[in-house]
Amino acid sequence: MVRVIVDGTPVDVPPGSSALQACEAAGKEIPRFCYHERLSVAGNCRMCLVEVARAPKPVASCGFPVADGMQIFTDTEVVRRARRAVMEFLLINHPLDCPICDQGGECDLQDQAYGYGSGVSRYKEDKRAVTDKDLGPLVKTVMTRCIQCTRCVRFSTEVAGTPELGLVSRGENAEITTYVEKALTSELSGNLIDVCPVGALTAKPSAFHARSWEYKKTDSIDVMDALGTNIQVQARGGEVMRIVPRVNDDVNEEWLSDKGRFSIDGLKRKRLDRPWVRVHGKISSVSWKDALIALARRFDGVPGDRIGAIAGDLCDAESLCAIKDLLQSLGSSNLDCRQDGAWYDTSARAGYLFNSDISGIDQADALLLVGTMPRHEAPVLNARIRKRFVDAGRGGFPIGMIGTPSADMTYDVTVLGNGPDVLADILSGKNAFAEVLQNAKNPMIIVGHSALTRRDAPAIYAACRELAHACGAVTPEWQGLNILHTAASRVGALDLGFLPGPQGCDAASMLRGGVEILWLLGADDVQLDRIPPETFVVYLGHHGDAAAQRADIILPGAAYTEKPGTYVNMAGRVQRAFRAVFAPGEAREDWRIIRAFSEVLGHTLPYDTLEQLRAHMAQVNPVFAMNGGSAQRLAGTTGGQAAPASGQAGELMPAPFRPVIQDYYQTNVISRASQTMAECSKVYGVAPAVAAE
Amino acid sequence: MSTAWTPAEQPDSFVFDSASEAEIAGVLSKYPEERKASAVMPLLYIAQRQMGRVTGSAWVPVVAMDVIAQRLGMAAMRVYEVASFYTMFNTRPIGRYHLQVCTTTPCWLRGSDDVVEACQKATGIQHFGETSADGLFTMTEVECLGACANAPILQVDDDFYEDMNAERTAKVIAELRAGRRPTPGPMIDRNVSAPEGGRKTLLSSSTADQE
Ligand code: SF4
Ligand code: FES
Ligand code: FES
Repeated sequence: MVRVIVDGTPVDVPPGSSALQACEAAGKEIPRFCYHERLSVAGNCRMCLVEVARAPKPVASCGFPVADGMQIFTDTEVVRRARRAVMEFLLINHPLDCPICDQGGECDLQDQAYGYGSGVSRYKEDKRAVTDKDLGPLVKTVMTRCIQCTRCVRFSTEVAGTPELGLVSRGENAEITTYVEKALTSELSGNLIDVCPVGALTAKPSAFHARSWEYKKTDSIDVMDALGTNIQVQARGGEVMRIVPRVNDDVNEEWLSDKGRFSIDGLKRKRLDRPWVRVHGKISSVSWKDALIALARRFDGVPGDRIGAIAGDLCDAESLCAIKDLLQSLGSSNLDCRQDGAWYDTSARAGYLFNSDISGIDQADALLLVGTMPRHEAPVLNARIRKRFVDAGRGGFPIGMIGTPSADMTYDVTVLGNGPDVLADILSGKNAFAEVLQNAKNPMIIVGHSALTRRDAPAIYAACRELAHACGAVTPEWQGLNILHTAASRVGALDLGFLPGPQGCDAASMLRGGVEILWLLGADDVQLDRIPPETFVVYLGHHGDAAAQRADIILPGAAYTEKPGTYVNMAGRVQRAFRAVFAPGEAREDWRIIRAFSEVLGHTLPYDTLEQLRAHMAQVNPVFAMNGGSAQRLAGTTGGQAAPASGQAGELMPAPFRPVIQDYYQTNVISRASQTMAECSKVYGVAPAVAAE
Repeated sequence: MSTAWTPAEQPDSFVFDSASEAEIAGVLSKYPEERKASAVMPLLYIAQRQMGRVTGSAWVPVVAMDVIAQRLGMAAMRVYEVASFYTMFNTRPIGRYHLQVCTTTPCWLRGSDDVVEACQKATGIQHFGETSADGLFTMTEVECLGACANAPILQVDDDFYEDMNAERTAKVIAELRAGRRPTPGPMIDRNVSAPEGGRKTLLSSSTADQE
C-alpha cells in the first residue's frame, strides 16, 4: 500500500493507483469527463486537475500515479481556477442547448459546469458546428455537443470489441465518427449513451420523450438473456420509458445489452389486455370470472396425468412455482421448462449452472466454448470474456471453440472444429488444445445450447465433464465447467424442479398429444404446429404472439416490468425484480391468476400473499431464501433425471453445431413486438457476417 | 454519405503494385510481426504515392486504408484516424502538383502572401484547398516546414522551393505546367541555408581555408 495525503488526510491506496483514485478513497470528489473506471485512461479533458506538492503546475489526477508520501490538494485556489478555466474552454464550442437536450438533468457537463464553472463566458466568437452522424437505429448523435472525451471510442474499442468509432482529424476539426457512415454493429451500443458524459450520444428510440427527473425508478432484472443483468426501469405515467443498467460487478458490471435496453416499445404493442375464450373456433373476449369458470369446467373430469404445462423463457419463479403446485395438486407431473428441448444433468445443481460465476471468467486462463455463441446469447458476458482476453495480453487467454462463429467473436478464437467429435479428439489428446487446457491453472469450459439441445446432449455433456475433470477444471478451488443459458427463467425453473416427473411427459410429447389440456406459461417458442387439434390449449402470457393464436383460452399475464418477480441467473444467483408499472387493461400478475384459478377449481393453493409464496419457494428449494447472494455453491438436488454414468450417455453424433440464435434482435415475444428491434434486425440482418471477415 | 473527410467519389478497389510491394517489404522488415501496426504511416504514404503514380492524384482513398488495415492486422478505424490526423495524407483527390505554401510567421514576414497570390494568379485557384480547373494544381496552406532560414517556402509535392517571391513562384509553376521539375532548393545564390552570396563568417579559420 502507498500512503498519500489528500487535503491533509492520509489514505492508503494500492501501488499503481492514480491520484484521482486516491482522492476518491479519501472521499473527495474530483470532477472528470474522460476518465471512466472501466476504460483506459485518456487524460484529454483536463477537468480532473489537482495540485500536488512540489509539482510546478496542476496535474491531471486521472493519469498521475501516486507515490509514497505524495501530498495532493483538491481544493486550493489554484485548483479552483484551473477547473474554471478548463470548463470555460470546454464550453467554448459547446452549444449550451440544454433545454432541448435529452441529457439535460443527468449531464456531467451540466452538473460540473454548475459545480465548478465560472458562470459566465468571455467567448464572443463563432462556435464550431459538427455534422451529426448516423450510427444506426439505436444511438442518436448531436455531435456539436461532443467534448472529445473519447469515452465512446474507448468503449467500442475496448469493451465492445467493435472498433468502429474514432476521433478523426485534429484540433478544431476533430470529430467523433465512424468515418465511413455505418451503423454500429455492437450488441452493446446502448452503453455508449451511458458512457457519453454529455448529450452527444443519446437514445434514438426515446428521443424527446421525457426528462430524466420525471421518471419513477424501479430496480429490476433483465430477462432478455439469462445473465440476469441488474437494471433500473424508468417509467412515467404508467409507461416504461427507459431501461438502464445498475452496477453489479458480479453480474453485468455496468453494461446492458441492446435488446434489454431497447425492447421496451415491445411492452406496449401486441399486448393481451383481457381474457379471451375460443367458442366454436371463434375467439371472443370475456370477463375474468367467465374465463376462469370456463376453464375450470374444461378441467372438470380430466385426469391429472392428462394435464400438462410448458413454461417459456421469461417467466418469474413465482408463477412457475404456482403452476407447478397447481398441477401437482391435480396429480400431474407433466411439467417442462425446456421449450427448446434442452437436456441438463439435473442430478446436482452444478449440472446446469455457470458454476464459476460470471466473475470467475476474470480468473480463467484458458477457455473452451462448446456449442455456444456468447456474443448473441449473452452479449454482456461476451464482453466479460473479451475483458479477460484483453487483460491477459497476447496469448495469455487462449480460447478454443467447437462450432462455427456466426459473427466476429470480438476476441481471437481458435475454431477447433464444428462437431462434437472434436471433444473426443481433445479427450484423447489428439487435438492440440488438450495441452492448452492441461497447462492452464484455471481452465474453463462453457457448454451452450447448440450442444444441449441436440439428441446427443448427454454424451456431449459427459464428454465435457470428463474433460473438465481430466484437465483440472473441476477442483475444490475452481469450478470451471459452465453452462451458458439463454432463457432467463430456466435456472429458476430447474431449481423448482419444473421438469417431468418419473411418469410425466416432456415438452415434446405434451405437444404431440400426450396431454388433453396443455397449459402454456408464456411458452411461444415451441413447435405449436405439432399440437393436435383436439388438445385444449391454455395460454397464460402477456403478448399476442404465436401461442395465443393457437390457444383455446387466453389469460392475460404481466410482463417482467409489471410484476414483482424472482429470477435466477445462469450462475444461480437469485435476484428480485420489483414492479415498475401496472399491467395493461385487465392483465394480472401471473401467480395471482393461477392462485385465483386454483380456488375456482377447488384446489386452493396454500398461499395468499407474495411473501407466503416466496416462503413456500424457499421450502421447495432453499436457494430461494438467498436473495441477491451468490447461491450457486449451495448443493441442492432437484430430482428428475440423474446424470448418466459415462458409458450410458450414448454416442456422440457427428453433425455440426447449429447456432441457437439466428437473429439476436428478435428472440422472444417482447423483442418480436418491438419496432425498434425489428428495425435493428433489418439493419443488421446481414451485417455480422460482413463484420466477421 | 460524404463528409469533409470522405468524398463521395471513391474507387472500388485498391491493390498495391509491385513497386509499392517492394517498398512495403522493406518497411515491414523493420518491425516485429506482432507490432507491424507501427508501419501504418509508411504504408499510407506508399499508397498515396502509388495513387500519384498511377492516377496522377496522390491521395489515399478509403479502400486503400482498408487494405492497409487488413495488411497490418489493425482496425480500419485506427487507420482512418491516422490518415485524417496528418495533413500530409490527402484523404481527398488532389491535382497533379500539390502546392503547399507555408504561411507561418517567418514565411509570412518574408512575403508568403506574395507567393500565395502568385499561385492564385498562375493557377486560377481562389482559395486554399481548391484544385485548379485543369486538374493540375491543388494549393494548400501549411504550417512551418522547418526551413524558415530560407523563407518563404513553397513545397511542391516532396520538394522545397526556397527564397520564393511572386516572380519565382510564377516561373516554377510555368515549368511544372510544361512538364518539367525545376531543381528544388534555394532559388537565390546560396548554398543550402548558408548566407546569400557565400559564407560571411569564420572566413579565415583553418577549416574554411581547407575547403
Ligand atoms: S460523443 Fe460523447 S463519449 Fe464520445 S467523445 Fe464526444 S462527448 Fe465523449
Ligand atoms: S478526467 Fe483526467 S484528464 Fe479527463
Ligand atoms: S515558417 Fe515557413 S518554414 Fe518555418
